[in-house]
Amino acid sequence: MAVGQALPELASVPWRARTDERWLRRWGRIWRAWTLAYTVPFAAAAGVMLWLEPLAAPVAAAALAHAWIIPELYAFRGASVVRPKPSKPRASSAEAPGVVATPAADPELVAQGLLGDLLGHDERELQRRTGLALERGELGVWLVGEAGALLLTPGGRRLHCFCVRVTAPELPPSDRIAHLLLALRVDEGGFATVANHAFAGAPWRVRRRLPKRMRPALDTARAAGR
Amino acid sequence: MARLIRMDGTGHTTLGEWTAADDAAYGAALDEFRSQLELGYIGTVPDGPGKATHVRELPREVDLVIMRRPIAGG
Repeated sequence: MAVGQALPELASVPWRARTDERWLRRWGRIWRAWTLAYTVPFAAAAGVMLWLEPLAAPVAAAALAHAWIIPELYAFRGASVVRPKPSKPRASSAEAPGVVATPAADPELVAQGLLGDLLGHDERELQRRTGLALERGELGVWLVGEAGALLLTPGGRRLHCFCVRVTAPELPPSDRIAHLLLALRVDEGGFATVANHAFAGAPWRVRRRLPKRMRPALDTARAAGR
Repeated sequence: MARLIRMDGTGHTTLGEWTAADDAAYGAALDEFRSQLELGYIGTVPDGPGKATHVRELPREVDLVIMRRPIAGG
């Protein structure tokens, strides 16, 4: 019996407004304003100090460093949502009576097979190369990692970073991705609502903070989102 | 042959297999499905590219039902 497309996990966050295009645009504007608010004053202070007293150049340089470092830290936080996470020791397969045993194998290989079945050919190849699963949705193009997801909005000018994970750390990496992918496919807006929004900004800011292996996935998502 | 699988620490475990004409096998899979729900798992049917459906009962006429754990903001 199908019960519609509402993600059951939404019951755990009843206070949150449902994430939709309007919500994403609003948070994109808030993040842009916030970035300007902590960057412009430092840059302006550096300029004023140099204008008033050229000998204050070291202090001005420190102010400029702040104007550069703080946005970088936020972008690093955004990129961190899709960084691979360490796995915990796996659980026994015989958790339930009457289980039809799956032949013993490397759990990640088994999980990779299932994840591959859920993805199309191109997406499967991309996931194996980069560790990120590309999924086209109504809100944009998603890149799903083990413990987070990136959403590139239509047009590819803004990237939203979401921290979201499955509540079972013993799962192999590909199973964690499959969990998030299935939840995303059931209810895209619900998935984004349950996830914690970590960052929004220009894709290039996050791209250079991603592990090199993952960068082609963002390039592919940008091409797919145009 | 339809399959009920659970994603777990082994990659995944097959909990049941049935055909539309095999009531006994379907009944056993249904019992297993319900016990997994009680353990906190969520039933999901992959519907093809980009689509999946949350189910609270085991559909007889599908190829694959996947039991997954809940997700949460990290």
